[in-house]
Amino acid sequence: MSGSDLYLLSPELCVAAGALLALVAGMANANRAVVTAVGLLGLVAALVFTGLLWAELDGRVDLCSALEGDRGTAVYGALAIDRFALFFKGLIGVSAALVLLASHAYTQRFAERSAEFTALVLFAAVGMMLLAGGRELITLYVALELSTLPLVALAAFSGGQRASEAGLKYLVLGAVASAILLYGMALTFGYTGTTVLEGMALSVGDAALDGSRPFGVQVLVLGVVLMVAGFGFKVAAVPFHGWIPDVYEGAPTPITAFLSVASKAAGFAVVMRVFFTAFEPLEVDWALLFAGIAAASMTFGNLAAIAQANIKRMLAYSTIAHAGYLLVGLAAVASRTVDGITIGPETVLFYLGGYAVTNLAAFFAVIAIADRTNNESIASFSGMGRRAPWMAAALTVALLSLTGIPPTVGFMAKLFVFGAAVKADLAWLVALGAVNSVVSAYYYLRVVRIMYLGDPAADETSDGERPVRAIPLDLSVAVTAVAVVALGLYPQPLFRAAQRAVEGLF
Amino acid sequence: MLLTATVFLPLAGAAVVLLLLGDNARRVRLFAAAVGIVDFVLALAVFLQYDRDDGGFQLTAKLASWIPQLDIQYHLAVDGLSAPLVLLTGLLGLAAIYSSWSIDKRHREYFAWLLTLQAAVMGVFTAQDFVLFFIFWELELIPMFFLISIWGSGRKEHSAMKFLLFTFTGSAFMLVGLLAVYFSTGTFDMTRLVGMDLNDLLLPSQLVFAFFFIAFAVKLPVWPVHTWLPDAHTDAPTAVSVMLAGVLLKMGGYGFIRVNVSMFPDVASAAATALAVLAVISILYGAMVTFRQSDLKRLVANSSISHMGFVLLGVSSVGAAAEHLSPVGLTGAAMQLFSHGVVTGLLFVMVGVVYDKAHTRHIPDLGGLAGKMPFAAVAFLVAGLASLGLPATSGFAAEIMVFLGTFPAHGVLTGLATVGVLMAAGYVLWTLQRSLFGPRRERWDHLTDVSAVEAVAPVLLMAAIMAVGLYPALLSDVFATGINEVLPRFTP
Repeated sequence: MSGSDLYLLSPELCVAAGALLALVAGMANANRAVVTAVGLLGLVAALVFTGLLWAELDGRVDLCSALEGDRGTAVYGALAIDRFALFFKGLIGVSAALVLLASHAYTQRFAERSAEFTALVLFAAVGMMLLAGGRELITLYVALELSTLPLVALAAFSGGQRASEAGLKYLVLGAVASAILLYGMALTFGYTGTTVLEGMALSVGDAALDGSRPFGVQVLVLGVVLMVAGFGFKVAAVPFHGWIPDVYEGAPTPITAFLSVASKAAGFAVVMRVFFTAFEPLEVDWALLFAGIAAASMTFGNLAAIAQANIKRMLAYSTIAHAGYLLVGLAAVASRTVDGITIGPETVLFYLGGYAVTNLAAFFAVIAIADRTNNESIASFSGMGRRAPWMAAALTVALLSLTGIPPTVGFMAKLFVFGAAVKADLAWLVALGAVNSVVSAYYYLRVVRIMYLGDPAADETSDGERPVRAIPLDLSVAVTAVAVVALGLYPQPLFRAAQRAVEGLF
Repeated sequence: MLLTATVFLPLAGAAVVLLLLGDNARRVRLFAAAVGIVDFVLALAVFLQYDRDDGGFQLTAKLASWIPQLDIQYHLAVDGLSAPLVLLTGLLGLAAIYSSWSIDKRHREYFAWLLTLQAAVMGVFTAQDFVLFFIFWELELIPMFFLISIWGSGRKEHSAMKFLLFTFTGSAFMLVGLLAVYFSTGTFDMTRLVGMDLNDLLLPSQLVFAFFFIAFAVKLPVWPVHTWLPDAHTDAPTAVSVMLAGVLLKMGGYGFIRVNVSMFPDVASAAATALAVLAVISILYGAMVTFRQSDLKRLVANSSISHMGFVLLGVSSVGAAAEHLSPVGLTGAAMQLFSHGVVTGLLFVMVGVVYDKAHTRHIPDLGGLAGKMPFAAVAFLVAGLASLGLPATSGFAAEIMVFLGTFPAHGVLTGLATVGVLMAAGYVLWTLQRSLFGPRRERWDHLTDVSAVEAVAPVLLMAAIMAVGLYPALLSDVFATGINEVLPRFTP
């Protein structure tokens, strides 16, 4: 590890430092505001450095000789420093910052442990950021565990039976998924003799070696399939989705938001990097694999969401459906139909970005509204259009975006992803996705309908009574909801960033 | 600039209503009415500024750098087909605002949604970029959903959801279709697509044609995807029925001509007979169902299915034998769009007036209203007669052109379709007789005629009906400049 690595890893280091400082502040009995501020400071610093590194790749800044040209590596080649990784670091950093902001009021419920809460969020963010840059299997595995274990603790954070169940379920199923992943990695390593993704690609492509390998290519395929299962768990694709509803419901709502956005983004980052660098030469129809998982995820997620009475469970199933839409994009990337040109990786990144603001807006608005009633059933949202007009409007915007109705970013994201899939000759999958959007309209708009048409519930406490004055929460709702519409009307900045991020990677 | 203003003025008005005006019902109403008037004047200016000698797309507003990576532009323009529809939207938007005077709950939201709706429909008729078109197309769903489900009556939530799911399903197909077009041609520019050969797409062009057709057929509506319409109409508040029947259905017919016929002439010719069959089923089925209605609103709603069938019939005339290929059928279809817009708009306004005063729409309960409400009766009568296609009304001009244009192509089917006109005469006259004339019931003695405010919308619409009826060239000339550009694409 050289001195320049410090600079190249500065985003992760800043977040980690923020986490440690938050713990220290907690031990010093600092009040919650200080703890949150310290955490936010770490994230902001990380975002600044992320921007700096991006500018460095563009050649606009020159602070470090280790980063020449379009991409670099750090820590003996274990981590990639390219725009793809930086895009996700930015996305994860922004999400984590918004989550911290939105949970400031929420942490009052466990005030004495708010420092631990903050630190765990930051540690998970570090793990996700490392995941986005990992180009070596062991690094990836460690980063995956680093991102998952804090989330397990956070899922169980609020105490009580539901939370414990959430934590336990996440822990056990997550451990099984890691074990499967590790097994897959081991097989892959055994076949290729290296853990570095690019080295694996060379080895996979080297047909001359085939005769000398003990079990033939089946071992590799088995390894890859097991890795698909491991990552499928992370991104919550069918059939690896079993943990989602209970964990999402039991976890504190800001953590659910964090899980659904940042954790998923990191998962997709890994999938894209691993599959499209290491296994590209392997002659398997990845497009068909991804398309199959996509079809199953969309259909299952949407159908199951219809029946939900709890809004967090409904949104949990909806994230499964959205993993499906994202996989439609991945299937397009994997198809490389004509001339070997890759189609649409930038659309997947755009979708992740748009989905992040949308889902954060949805969950934050849910926090704000559920705070009034202490109830997360959809029925309890009745009449909120009148009693919490701004929050209800924000939630409506987010739900329209999740449905894919313009002028929201969700529409643009679907337009791009489906467009890529049509271009990749996957029109059947797009048709299925379109039908799924219609199904999803039913349950998303049911919430809107209840908020605007229902009468306030009878057991409601008097109007305007909110347990906490939550300016940071209001702020985070406003920022995300405005972003949903702004990016829907003018998607270009995000799309451009996504385009730059995938340059050179594919 | 003029087009941008016409499209976005109502949207800006909606924002003002929602954010700045406060809760004073009177102020909100007056402001909305002012926005409606200005937008109508703008729409009129668009219509008058459209140079019919020049033809083609005019008054273009373009901003190429919206989403340059995918060549998605902000691009508005009108041609002979859209200019009259813009006028229609302005006219009915104003009528809708004036028929909303009695809205008594949540008026701020109500007028905001109504204005948003108007902006969305204006956008559909003027957008020349496919994505922009689609955005406006979808944008219209949200206001409709709220307008029906909050201010409607009866099973309003059910109807709103049904409307939304039907339309959304249609547009999902359209999305796939327009993506297929884009990735085959590399452009979303509708004005360019009209000149291109779209027979060799990523997907079979018949399939893409079908995708678009489904989306527009739901909207028009064509049997068998019409079932949302009676529900939505019946349960919607008056002004929303006016907008729905008056302009929203027109989006479907507009789409047929703008996309299905103009961009896929070969497929359209091949499918012409099938379209004509669907049209005749819609016409006859709609008329038969209409006969059985005893609720005034349901009656008008179901008659719309029948009358919109004439639009599809006119569209199907493009399958005519080469020597008969003429713009008459398509122009008739376009005329029918406008005519039905003002006629049904007026019918719904009058149904609303009757319901406001008598609190019932059940036809057998009414009777002899003409004596107490002479003005309303006249307006109702004019609308009814225009609806059955009496000469000197716009309905006649439109239907006769449809029949003239379609007969050479589908003789038998056109003959069957004319039965629809007979049936229309039957149900319209029967309804007018039962509700307006005959002995008056005592319970209607207290009824009063329409007030000055309530008379604004009917007067405007009657003027439009008579003007077009007496001098159809007023519109048909403009429509023809749009249609004439399409026709050469059909190889004889």
